[in-house]
Amino acid sequence: MRQLALWRPGSTRVLPGFGLSMGISVLFISLVLLLPITGLFGQLAGLSLAEYWAIITEGRVVASYMVTIGAAAVAALVNGVFGLLLAWVLVRYEFPGKRLLDALMDLPFALPTAVAGITLATLYASNGWMGSILEPLGFQVAYTWVGIALAMAFTSIPFVVRTVQPVLEDLPAEVDEAAMSLGATDGVAFRRVIMPHLWPALVTGTGLAFVRSLGEFGAIIFIAGNMPYETEITALMIFVKLQEYDYAAASAIASVVLFVSLALLLAINIWQGRFVRRLHGGKG
Amino acid sequence: MRRIGDAPSVRRLLIGAALLLSALFLLLPLVAIFAQAFSQGMAVFWANVSNTFTLHAIGLTLIIALLTIPICLVFGVALAWLVTRFSFPGRRILQTLIDIPFAVSPVVAGLIYLLLYGRNGWIGGWLDTHDIQLMFAWPGILMVTIFVTCPFVARELIPLMQAQGSREEEAAVTLGASGWTIFRRITLPNIRWALLYGIILTNARAVGEFGAVSVVSGAIRGRTNTLPLHLEQLYQDYNAVGAFASASLLALIALLTLAAKAGLEWRASRREALL
Repeated sequence: MRQLALWRPGSTRVLPGFGLSMGISVLFISLVLLLPITGLFGQLAGLSLAEYWAIITEGRVVASYMVTIGAAAVAALVNGVFGLLLAWVLVRYEFPGKRLLDALMDLPFALPTAVAGITLATLYASNGWMGSILEPLGFQVAYTWVGIALAMAFTSIPFVVRTVQPVLEDLPAEVDEAAMSLGATDGVAFRRVIMPHLWPALVTGTGLAFVRSLGEFGAIIFIAGNMPYETEITALMIFVKLQEYDYAAASAIASVVLFVSLALLLAINIWQGRFVRRLHGGKG
Repeated sequence: MRRIGDAPSVRRLLIGAALLLSALFLLLPLVAIFAQAFSQGMAVFWANVSNTFTLHAIGLTLIIALLTIPICLVFGVALAWLVTRFSFPGRRILQTLIDIPFAVSPVVAGLIYLLLYGRNGWIGGWLDTHDIQLMFAWPGILMVTIFVTCPFVARELIPLMQAQGSREEEAAVTLGASGWTIFRRITLPNIRWALLYGIILTNARAVGEFGAVSVVSGAIRGRTNTLPLHLEQLYQDYNAVGAFASASLLALIALLTLAAKAGLEWRASRREALL
């Protein structure tokens, strides 16, 4: 890490623009990212602890946490498997259409969530292309929690693929060869030799997909059906409270969502940092 | 030497599974958007797209994106320069803070702006007495769009500028170049493709943002309706074909974004091969 030497604390600043870039960055982060969060705390300050607790533990709200967390967990697990498969196929094999498949992986990030939402709702409705096949078989997707998990999985699949892919690419061929020349079968070699290298990235990608799913709104509300206690996600709960002009309740629920997602993001960052340090012998 | 999973049967099975699942899960929705938009023919599609409210929504969406991009660009370049070219206490914290918009639910993003700048907020109340309305008007839409899109440029630039290091710029300093000259002649040519991709991502998210915008816009048809809000209204009004006509325009932008990314990556890999 040759460049690291330039950042040693105490080294004199050679390049210009420190003041200007610091000024713009700090001003922007303060005004755009941090100041608005104070508005949330201002609103919460008007609530007593008992009132706050009553709002965030109300039956319908707790049901929405369950639906959101449950569907996000299922979506993250499915994406963990599906994402690993896609990353593996994209890195290890050559086949016609590979470049297109690779480009397609980013579609969920590029496609606006509302567009994804109405499209999935239309596809999986009982008269849609998928729904008309699945419903006679007994699988109801639209307006159930399965639909919520499907929408979450759609919007967050790139997190897993794009986190695992570079790690798999950097894995030297000797790793495989050593295992195979010692006579390991594919399954054993994958589990014992490849997975130990991959799983930190896989956990990070799946974790990011989970966090994204917890907050997703546009892609879900069209397919969810939004039945209180059944298929109502927490983000929609906040939206409903806002439309009732109940700003205090909306803020209280939002503070729970904000706290959980920031805590998870921090945990993923720390986890990633620890993993990088271990790989680079304590220097990363 | 044989590698793991090289057996023809395993290969075929895994490639087949990946293609089938991707086709069902990713490609089918994309096809469905355009199939629905054109399901009643070209004339109906055209009538839907050229309707006054749709045209207004397209215009507002483009204006918001055009205003968002330069602001995010200046911030992204400044932050990337700061954290990759200098060492100072708090550098890691700045890099973590920039991820906030990725972790915050869009609805929560809209809410915090509404609380602060809405009529009951401590800034909004003051603005209200001076007859300035930000929420439920286009400035509010612009503000939340900047919030949700601001990490993209910085996130594209930081890893690249870190990897490139600052030796070239330092050499220029010792030769007496000014800050602006260094940036324009050395840094900018090195980062231009990442910068372009950052702008493309910013644009894609800016035109498509839904959750945050729907909280602060008020969704007044012909006034504060962006294209994603407009298609939601059409969909709720059971005008699915109209909704998908608008959706197809957004899907087209998404496809152009993917094509641009593939093009830029192809360029980068070709350059690597030449070196």
